[in-house]
Amino acid sequence: MLSIKNLHASIEGTPILRGINLEVKAGEVHAIMGPNGSGKSTLASVLAGREEYEVTEGEVSFKGINLLDLSPEDRAREGVFLAFQYPVEIPGVSSTNFLRTAVNQVREYRGEEALDAVKFLTLMKEKMRLVEIDQKLLSRSLNEGFSGGEKKRNEIFQMAMLAPTLSILDETDSGLDIDALRIVSNGVNQLKTKDNATIVVTHYQRLLDHIVPDFVHVLYNGQIVKSGTKELALELEEKGYDWIKDEVDSKATV
Amino acid sequence: MSTLIKEDILVELLATTGTGFEEVRAAGKQAFQVQGFPTNKSEEYKFTAITKKIEQSIQNFAPAAPFTVTAEEVNANIFEGYAGDVLVFANGHFAPALSSTIEGVEVSLLSEKSSIALGSIAKPEKDPFCALNQSSFEGGIFISVPKKAQIQKPILLLNFFKATAGQVIQPRVWIEAGDFAEVTFINHSVNLSDIPYFVNKVVEVKGGVNTQIRYYKLQNEGKNVIEVSNIETDIQKDARFTSVNISLSGEMVRNNLTLNILGSNSEGNMYGLYLLNGKTHVDNHTNVDHTVPHCESNELYKGVLADNSRGVFNGKIFVRQDAQKTNAFQQNSNILLSDDAVVNTKPQLEIWADDVKCSHGCTTGQLDEEALFYLQARGIGKLQAKGLLLYAFTGEVMDYITDQSFREYCIAQVQDRLGSNL
Repeated sequence: MLSIKNLHASIEGTPILRGINLEVKAGEVHAIMGPNGSGKSTLASVLAGREEYEVTEGEVSFKGINLLDLSPEDRAREGVFLAFQYPVEIPGVSSTNFLRTAVNQVREYRGEEALDAVKFLTLMKEKMRLVEIDQKLLSRSLNEGFSGGEKKRNEIFQMAMLAPTLSILDETDSGLDIDALRIVSNGVNQLKTKDNATIVVTHYQRLLDHIVPDFVHVLYNGQIVKSGTKELALELEEKGYDWIKDEVDSKATV
Repeated sequence: MSTLIKEDILVELLATTGTGFEEVRAAGKQAFQVQGFPTNKSEEYKFTAITKKIEQSIQNFAPAAPFTVTAEEVNANIFEGYAGDVLVFANGHFAPALSSTIEGVEVSLLSEKSSIALGSIAKPEKDPFCALNQSSFEGGIFISVPKKAQIQKPILLLNFFKATAGQVIQPRVWIEAGDFAEVTFINHSVNLSDIPYFVNKVVEVKGGVNTQIRYYKLQNEGKNVIEVSNIETDIQKDARFTSVNISLSGEMVRNNLTLNILGSNSEGNMYGLYLLNGKTHVDNHTNVDHTVPHCESNELYKGVLADNSRGVFNGKIFVRQDAQKTNAFQQNSNILLSDDAVVNTKPQLEIWADDVKCSHGCTTGQLDEEALFYLQARGIGKLQAKGLLLYAFTGEVMDYITDQSFREYCIAQVQDRLGSNL
């Protein structure tokens, strides 16, 4: 589904990603871990099409399409979803109007009929249950005055509404208490099918107790330096990142 | 006197007097001669070179003659679903045949009301254009709402402008509302020609105690208009006056809005929105004068500027020594969409009283790129995402319009503009 080959990206001339290679197949959950500043969030942003990042080398193919050629909105319409690390508060834009515009633009792109108000509300009610989000929140401006946990739940709610093929969760767990974490993870797990895939970007292993990954990759200095299964995450939890840094740095000196 | 506008032009302008109000006109003329046309050194017109603009664009300073407006033209310019009354004007001259008879409201030509103290609210010494209008206004209308009358339906002042040989239009409006009266005005203007013209309008509003007066104004007459508008009101005890001004186009527009708060427990509200593109220049000068205690004023002006457009905001708030317990709030926020758009904003608070709550703020920024990316990342196209964000920024001002059909018309106009990248 997603194939990243030798991806290099920089921001304002500073290289952040230095040759990422990653294959994600339908039905898989991949966790990307790594110390602060290793490039995890940059990878998520580059995949979603954030303009500040310049891709200097490599390619990203998504369902056979060159993802890097698409605008952020077309990536979303093709089925890429980024759950933001810091969801943006947008005063004056109602959550419901925003979502309806988004859902219908995505549907239009896919050649599907727009949802009328009734069908949209029915869909919304169904998906609200998934992340236990309150109707009251959705009658407010988008993310405005939401708590950290509410914002993250709203991200997963939007993900449920848009039914993406590839979801990228950028540090969705950070700052969540255990109840919120459980709700968010439940949502993600229920949305999982054999046809979609999830990339979980996280600093901590804790989230992976709830969203169990098929593969764990460690990002360091803009490269994936180690890949394994969920046991690797536990090892990182226990030993920290230093042993990986040492391993990589010693290799570099040899 | 300014040498910017040639002497003979001035003679022509001042000679074109309508009938009646000889003393009033003489006072206007004198006040104008003292002030002259503003130059780039005039503090109040520092950012708005309106004299130069008039000189460049207007060739014939004779008044534009009244003309016949058709019923079709009137109907085509009334908002969908509008259920209020309509008063039609052609180049400032009242067209009674096309206008409603408003139950409980007196509408007369100013020429029939020679005892009205024109210039007693909008004083000619304060602004040269106000003085110029007083010296040489044409036509003119008198609208009176009696004591305790509650006029439920809004009154639409529908102005048709068409430069004929002459290109100068100087309408004059006198509105009075008796104690406890309640009334809503909507001022909307339509341009029917492609010749540039200069509108210099003065509206005086005399409200009694405990009145509720709303005055909404939409400017969207296209590129050929140079306009100066003076709206001034005296607000008496327990009364409330609310102005909403929406400017969407024009060559150069200057709005002077002045609220004199003269009675305690009263409230003055000034809301405005300007969406500018091309080379449009819109200048809003507002002035609220708190002279008595226990009053409140609220002000919110928002602007979105694209291309080479220019916006000016100057908000004066005076709180006199006697005006204790005043609450006065002011905010001006702007979004610039291009590197060449300019906004000059100046809050100006002068407070002599010592027990007041006053705040002011102004912001000028760009569209929030992070918010834009967020919307795009959910599948919303860039243009529409921009429109959503800009509408979110501006929509607040529209909420102050109480008449639904007019509000919806304004929203549609604004959304239309925002969706098309301004």
